[in-house]
Amino acid sequence: MNELLRRLLHLPAQRSSMARAVDMLHYSVILATMAGVALAAIVTAIFLFRYRRRTTAIPLTPKVRAPAWLELLVIGGLLGLFGVWWVIGFAQYRVLETPPADAIPVYVTAKQWMWKFAYPSGPTATDELVVPVGRPVKLIMTSRDVIHSFYVPEFRIKQDVVPGRAVTTWFEATDPGTYEILCTQYCGTRHSFMRAQVIALAADDYARWLDAARAPLALPGAKGDGQATARRDRASTSAVASEANDTTGGMAGGTAAGEPGGAIAALGPGATLAERGHQIAAERGCLRCHSVDGTPFIGPTWANAFGRRRATADGGDVLVDEAYLTQSMMDPRAVIAAGFAPVMPSYQGALTPDETSAILEYIRALRDVHPTRVPPAPDGAITSTAAGSAATTSPAAPPSSAAPESAAPAPAAPAGPAPSSTALAPSAPTPSAPAASARTAP
Amino acid sequence: MTAARTSLHVQYDSLARQHATARLGMWVFLGSESLLFAGLFALYAAYRFVYPAEFHAASAHANVVLGTINTYLLLTSSLTVALAIHATRRGHRRRTVLLLGATIALGLAFDVLKAIEYAGHLADGIAPGGYYAFAGLPAHGVVLYVTLYYLLTGMHALHVTGGLCMLAWLTWRAHRGDFTPQSHIALELGGLYWHLVDLVWIFLWPLIYLIR
Amino acid sequence: MTPDAPPPAPGDAPPSVIELASTELAWTELTVAADPARAEAALELDADRSYLRAGSGIRSWLLTTDHKRIALMFFVATLLALMLGGAFAMVLRTKLLTPGPGFIEPLTYNRLFTLHGVVMVFMFMIPAIPAVFGNFFLPMMIGAKDLAFPRLNLASFYVYLAGAALTLWGMIHGGADTGWTFYAPYATTSPTDVAPIAIGVFVLGVSSIMTGLNFIATTHMLRRKGLGWFGMPIFVWTIYATSIIQVIATPVLGLAVILVALDHALHMGIFDPALGGDPVLFEHLFWFYSHPAVYIMILPAMGVISEIVPTFSKKHPLSYNALAYSSLGIAFIGFLTWGHHLFVAGISQFDAALFGAMSMFVAIFSAIKVFSWIGTLYRGSITFNTPMLYFFSFIYLFAFGGMTGIAVATTSLDIHWHDTYFVIAHFHFIMIGGTLTAFLGAIHYWYPKMFGRMYPERWGLVSAGLVFAGFNLTFVPQFLLGNAGMPRRYYSYPVRFHMLNVMSTLGAYLLGVALLITLTYLIVSLRWGRRAAPNPWGSRGFEWRSPSPPPVHNFLVPFDPAHGPYAYDALPPEAPPPDARPLDVSPSDAPLPNVPPREPA
Repeated sequence: MNELLRRLLHLPAQRSSMARAVDMLHYSVILATMAGVALAAIVTAIFLFRYRRRTTAIPLTPKVRAPAWLELLVIGGLLGLFGVWWVIGFAQYRVLETPPADAIPVYVTAKQWMWKFAYPSGPTATDELVVPVGRPVKLIMTSRDVIHSFYVPEFRIKQDVVPGRAVTTWFEATDPGTYEILCTQYCGTRHSFMRAQVIALAADDYARWLDAARAPLALPGAKGDGQATARRDRASTSAVASEANDTTGGMAGGTAAGEPGGAIAALGPGATLAERGHQIAAERGCLRCHSVDGTPFIGPTWANAFGRRRATADGGDVLVDEAYLTQSMMDPRAVIAAGFAPVMPSYQGALTPDETSAILEYIRALRDVHPTRVPPAPDGAITSTAAGSAATTSPAAPPSSAAPESAAPAPAAPAGPAPSSTALAPSAPTPSAPAASARTAP
Repeated sequence: MTAARTSLHVQYDSLARQHATARLGMWVFLGSESLLFAGLFALYAAYRFVYPAEFHAASAHANVVLGTINTYLLLTSSLTVALAIHATRRGHRRRTVLLLGATIALGLAFDVLKAIEYAGHLADGIAPGGYYAFAGLPAHGVVLYVTLYYLLTGMHALHVTGGLCMLAWLTWRAHRGDFTPQSHIALELGGLYWHLVDLVWIFLWPLIYLIR
Repeated sequence: MTPDAPPPAPGDAPPSVIELASTELAWTELTVAADPARAEAALELDADRSYLRAGSGIRSWLLTTDHKRIALMFFVATLLALMLGGAFAMVLRTKLLTPGPGFIEPLTYNRLFTLHGVVMVFMFMIPAIPAVFGNFFLPMMIGAKDLAFPRLNLASFYVYLAGAALTLWGMIHGGADTGWTFYAPYATTSPTDVAPIAIGVFVLGVSSIMTGLNFIATTHMLRRKGLGWFGMPIFVWTIYATSIIQVIATPVLGLAVILVALDHALHMGIFDPALGGDPVLFEHLFWFYSHPAVYIMILPAMGVISEIVPTFSKKHPLSYNALAYSSLGIAFIGFLTWGHHLFVAGISQFDAALFGAMSMFVAIFSAIKVFSWIGTLYRGSITFNTPMLYFFSFIYLFAFGGMTGIAVATTSLDIHWHDTYFVIAHFHFIMIGGTLTAFLGAIHYWYPKMFGRMYPERWGLVSAGLVFAGFNLTFVPQFLLGNAGMPRRYYSYPVRFHMLNVMSTLGAYLLGVALLITLTYLIVSLRWGRRAAPNPWGSRGFEWRSPSPPPVHNFLVPFDPAHGPYAYDALPPEAPPPDARPLDVSPSDAPLPNVPPREPA
């Protein structure tokens, strides 16, 4: 029945955890619509025939009043029906709009006319989002220019991506496969070409892909921020992603943690997002005011902040999440943490969306730091100057036939004007450590 | 529409009804006008909610003295226009013309002071949108206050100027003797419009100059 | 309890249009009816005294303050806008015949869909019914000689022309590619020239406010003595409700588009995220107008239907009060639903819940209307003319469009449908299926009154059927496209959407041909149509109690509002004294032909 109706209504396959429930509501609404319309049309047609004019004289017709019970029945019945749809629809909406706590975060930056995806563990990719099947994935999205909208028909999700805001959506793919991402908010000349894909991999394929994505590669190349091309760049990375281990649980566990530590000489494209966040935070002077070890300084510490509620100066409290942190960077005076002076300047325009994402991820990674412990140097990042070629790292098994062009050096430097290969010497005055290091132990 | 000769139009059965209709039309128009400003007020409220500190800091640079003088000018002009209508009702044509002239003078003074205020701000670099170049405050958020300041006061000034043209025309007609104690609907409607302009300013004054 | 008709009076000629009509002429004409030749003469006389011949020369039109002539000028202007917007739609649909790049560039395509939206919404849909039929019939329906402010009415026409000219100049000058929604920040950074079109929309809005203001004042102040609010035809109620929306919402839209124009031209940046602005705020301002604007477009259409149904079923509406109050209800609730355009734009869940619930209430009001229209047919005495066929297709299309509106107002479903062809199909069902259908119905219904000629009935029925078929073929596939996930404003699309797009395009061609047929016979009938009697449909509506076409000040004889516009349960009062008419037609005591004797109640 489900399948029949789905095909009849031309709905795409149901490939997310919510798709089936949404479709069930869809069927009931559309069938009721059809029934209601048919009823109206048939009754009208019958009346038109039954009460057709049978006289040429001036006809007199009775003044008919609908009985009150019938009016009440119609109004009450419809109100009840609509009410049920509203309740079910809103219940589903809440689920669709509220990412589960254990979702894998991926940072998404939209720009005319491409999608960029950055994983906490470091890989970045253009127009190709690789996700595991059976695990919720949370997208933390922002736009660099105009409003875009992230839409995957098979997942029944859509979210406008607004510049200057961090918006989230989530999904959990149920089947491996390749699904098209469409931009649904009109965004300019090549709006209809702004397509990308989600590649959902089975758990072990995904683990393999993560492995491969982290494997060190030595294919140097220019920064491949292809303008207005549909080129699929996949970053392969060399960095350890203990944060990813964190969130991907046992699936990828162990593969990362075992990487040998090394000093950060430079952050190549292989660095984890959190590491890049750390680097940016140091360069931009964030760490001059914010500590990462739990010590309050000029600003609140970043340690143990994420995901907790924080008292605000106006007596309320606020959940420290992506939205709040983004707001605090862009509009620091909007909500002041209790006990701190409103002295932070705005970073609106100073930080690119990619840098913002990196810092967010860094702060997120610091959510479980032991307050007193000064973390050791990051063991996650290894020296790497390599840019990745996608082909060699792309998983063989998954049904994603859209393997990136192999020969083309498709290096993916981290998006944004990142100082990609410049030496990083965290010159911040505060003792700092990349998030990853804080809790390396699996 | 209503301002021409006070003859009875064919669709009305009495002059009183015709005038009542004109008054109703004017009120509907004023309601519509105030919604034009309401949109900007809504923007002001929304952004003030997002950027309270920036708005606070920015409004410190508003020219309270000029703003307050302008408030008194406009309030006085509302009084003079009301007195002009009163004078017409009493049949004092010359006094009507003088009072309308005074209203125009006050309105012009308002516009001139407004221009001086703008010039001062622009010299400081407090310019709207992308032209903001004030060294005293960072642009972010503050520039929204500044842009809204220009939009709100600019649109209001346009209304003042439009009102002045209308008053000039009414003065000429009063001088010509179009208005009688019984029939002076155009003058009445002109007065209503001028009061709206005044009223909008009564909201602008605290929002821009006084709230801290 | 329909009284049986007595047998036709002996000697009745085979039913010519005039005669059939004559048996049911407005009672001012009852005495004419018996003699076709004299009737013809009477009608000729009516035509001579009509507003159409009240003056000649271009000045008598361009400087007229007669609401009927202004309505006709609006009629021509809006029809031209419809043709222009329709031509854009044809080019768009032709491009969409193929999935890949086609005969026009993406930028051209984007400009065309923007212009299609701007022209159709602001130059056709919004003025279509109010400024044409409202202008023409609102004064007649309340027994006024003109609108409250005739010169304002003329001014609103010229302001409309100015706005249209500015918009057209903007189109020739390059044309915006922002979509008719002008969403910031795309609209403020678009490489095309947005400002002239945005300002054109603002000016068109001013015209709309002027019209609305005029209607409000007229409805309040110019009702004939004895005509209370609840004696007015439903059409007046809907126009009144529409006017309220026009007056309240349009300034906010005007402001929003002016801000976009300022931002684009002068970089004011009020919605620019780089300066701290919030693009979503623009969406709020825009939809605060543009959602009620949907009711500006559909409410008058509902009014037209509310007139057509009682006339052709010769029956009092099932519930007058329900139709009247639901119009006001829609106008009121319509202001509280705009957020349902922003379910995926990042509004809070609370807002989504609230706006979702409010949207359901609008549907309830619409459902009450549908119920009332269908119920009106019950035990009626129905003739099936072209307007009635339009009514039938309206019921189907409006119910379909309305129910899918409920579907997209259901928050979780909207996530999938938002900004896809489902939404396109939904609002075209309401706007074309509802408003355009009612507009066509109104043209046919009031054509005899406006021009004093009959349109060809057979052609009318055929083309109405073709419009219906073409419409369905165009937009039903678009629902399926939306289900399948095809986003709107797509120049090129994945191949899997190909078949449905081809069907939709073919439907659009059929629709275009049907509309051209309609236009053709309507133009031909202007000159060669049969003369229309004052009341060819036998309506009790006030506007039919005047000659066709009406004289300059609308009525030769003041009508009696006590005999209401839907009083089909009683015979009309006696004909007014014949000396009210200059034509000496027959003795005043002539018996009324073919009229059953009055029954005791």
